[in-house]
Amino acid sequence: MATTLPMIDYEKIKKVHDAPLEEFYTSGHRTCQGCESALVMRDFAKASGPRTIATGATGCMYVANTSYQTTPWVIPWMHTQLGAGGASAVGMAAGIRALMRKGKIAKEKINIINFSGDLGGADMGLSGISAALQTDYDLLIILYDNESAANTDIQATGLSTYGAVTTFTPSGKKRRIMQRRWKKNVAPMLAIGHPTCRYVATASATFPALDFMNKTRKALNVGGPTFIHTFDPCPKGWDFHPGYSRELGELGIKCGIFPLYEILDGKVTYTYDPHKKGRIPVRDYLVKQGRFAHLIDEDFDYIQGMVDTMWEEWELPGIAPIKSGLEMASR
Amino acid sequence: MTTAAQPTDVWEHELLLTGCQAVSHAVKLADVDVIAAYPIRPYTEVMDQLSQLIADGELDAEYIIADSEHSQFEIVKHASSVGARAFGGSSGTGWMYGMEALAVTATDRLPPLFLVGNRALDDPGAFGVEHNDAMSVRDLGWLICWASTAQEALEHVFIGYRVAEDKRVRMPMALAMDGGFLTHAQHMVKVPTLEAVKQFLPPYDLGDRVLHPDNPISVAPQVNEDWVMELRRQNWEAARRARGVIKEAYKEFNGVFGSHGSQYDNPYFTEYMTEDADAVLIGIGAVCMPTQTAARRLREKGHKVGYVNLRWFRPFPTEELRACLGRFKGVGVIDRDFSQGSPDNGGILLQDVRSCLYPLRGDGPNVINFMGGLGGRDISIDECIDMYERTLAAGRGNVPEEIVSWIGLRE
Ligand SMILES: Cc1ncc(C[n+]2csc(CCOP(=O)(O)OP(=O)(O)O)c2C)c(N)n1
Ligand code: SF4
Ligand SMILES: [Mg+2]
Repeated sequence: MATTLPMIDYEKIKKVHDAPLEEFYTSGHRTCQGCESALVMRDFAKASGPRTIATGATGCMYVANTSYQTTPWVIPWMHTQLGAGGASAVGMAAGIRALMRKGKIAKEKINIINFSGDLGGADMGLSGISAALQTDYDLLIILYDNESAANTDIQATGLSTYGAVTTFTPSGKKRRIMQRRWKKNVAPMLAIGHPTCRYVATASATFPALDFMNKTRKALNVGGPTFIHTFDPCPKGWDFHPGYSRELGELGIKCGIFPLYEILDGKVTYTYDPHKKGRIPVRDYLVKQGRFAHLIDEDFDYIQGMVDTMWEEWELPGIAPIKSGLEMASR
Repeated sequence: MTTAAQPTDVWEHELLLTGCQAVSHAVKLADVDVIAAYPIRPYTEVMDQLSQLIADGELDAEYIIADSEHSQFEIVKHASSVGARAFGGSSGTGWMYGMEALAVTATDRLPPLFLVGNRALDDPGAFGVEHNDAMSVRDLGWLICWASTAQEALEHVFIGYRVAEDKRVRMPMALAMDGGFLTHAQHMVKVPTLEAVKQFLPPYDLGDRVLHPDNPISVAPQVNEDWVMELRRQNWEAARRARGVIKEAYKEFNGVFGSHGSQYDNPYFTEYMTEDADAVLIGIGAVCMPTQTAARRLREKGHKVGYVNLRWFRPFPTEELRACLGRFKGVGVIDRDFSQGSPDNGGILLQDVRSCLYPLRGDGPNVINFMGGLGGRDISIDECIDMYERTLAAGRGNVPEEIVSWIGLRE
């Protein structure tokens, strides 16, 4: 039983100076210098504003973020379990809807936003997020992806880049590469698998400027359950100087290993379109990170080949790993 | 099925209901806001009933079919955190699947109510009752209470929410009932009027701990060794205060419903033919039926035996039960659960009863343990007679070297 509520109707932020000045994620956290996941927090809170309740799954954005008595959150925030991101948003959205419908609290639009890390959201909590995207609640799930279980000291997850050294996938004398899984294609999986979920996007907190804040606003404006997957360079886990976080995000997108797009009602828009702008070599992105220092030419070639396939052979370039599906069907 | 029972101020009507159906009526009357469901026998029937009530427009609540028990319990927990009265439930292995969520619901000090239709844990599969599922949260800050009739089940939804939501308590509530024997057995149940329920059960108010943009708090931040002790201590104090709040709740309950036929003399347990008894059996749940029949038969032959039906397991009614059991010479504890490798290698209830009686030392009763009814196996009246006889013997001093024995076991 849905209750129709007035939407907040956010405006698109056109210039950096037009971004709201108020912060809803402020001092008090103790994330690493150069932590892009922390910027994701700051930006979604800024974009969504004060009529928001957030839940945060276990991970760096809980443990490093929210120490007792020094919370950075100005909006109400609650911890949720590692794999419970989707369920936490559903529970709150359901509670709020029932209370409003039954006249127990005032009727207004309240944003429910969950953020989960790549291990929590894309591995353990995938089923819960999938279930959340099948509901008709207004909720936004942000998968902040630093490509490792960063909080537990950098272990590989289903979203870690092929070849990356982590504490579970070291490079050794016999095996140069232990991380042999190709990054799970989460956002498209969720978009394709949930036809009634109207908005799915990928984003980076810093490139292109304002893109993530505007995607957050778009998700909230569109309403219903929505999903954004962010690409967050992590100086500690990726082993680079914190001064280069923004640049690495940009390189990752420009080399095509992390495709940037949004899908609204099934329509894909590339927010960084390599077809028009070209792709830089993946190697230029990889060599700037200590986690790939052990790779040799054949590894770079393999990764480049996979990325080329994504963009040149997939029916929906960079998004859906289906080749020539339409031709087959028409034959 | 409606009988001719006269409606009164407090009772709307009398219906023939299973335990699960009785709970669904109570959930409706308690004006629950959010329900999260996941199928597992035998508790599921309550969710089947509730979905029908919603479909028919008789209950106004959000109804969410979760993707797992872990999600189900997290949905219930988070709904509770924004101030919604929330209901969930499970059985056996489903309850265990959501264990992490059950632990945090208690440490977050949120008060939803869950129905646990007790079921044996896998492996191997068995639909029948065992109490290990509900008892698995006994150390985590939960209120745990067993109903042994459908009427009690209905009434303990109101009592449960009232105690759990009380500002002095705020602990989640597990209302347990024996799978099959109560979840699916029909009893005549008096269903109260909404007015009477409202008189007893105030609306849920999480006060300054509610998550809402007007109350921008941070809930459950990382505390580490700095604060966890103090927070555990608060849970401990809540569990201690719960004892008093439970007493108050039953007093109020008796005030509203007592003169109309639903009266609880003792919140924690019910005594049956215990006056002047030499030996008693104590157990939990539906085993009260054969044990009481057996007690009657033995009394007819002049044996002084009685039965203690334990209702509240957490908080454990230590002082009340010590005063009660201290009056007898022999106590036989029936466990429909197991605690392998525990001090006596017996049941869970045995450990609690023995530690509760410990201060009586030599003045206390001799205690023996019966493991029985596991996986839903019937405990017969004859077996109960046998247990009474052995407990009488223990009371006379014939305590076997191995105090744990298995009842109804194929040799
Ligand atoms: C059920 C459960 N298993 C394991 C952990 C330990 N743990 C805490 S944070 C974490 C890593 C989470 O990784 P991710 O979701 O990617 O977030 P990040 O730390 O990278 O921000 C793990 C494994 C936990 N908290 N809960
Ligand atoms: S380890 Fe990575 S994700 Fe965690 S706080 Fe540091 S930079 Fe951020
Ligand atoms: Mg991570």
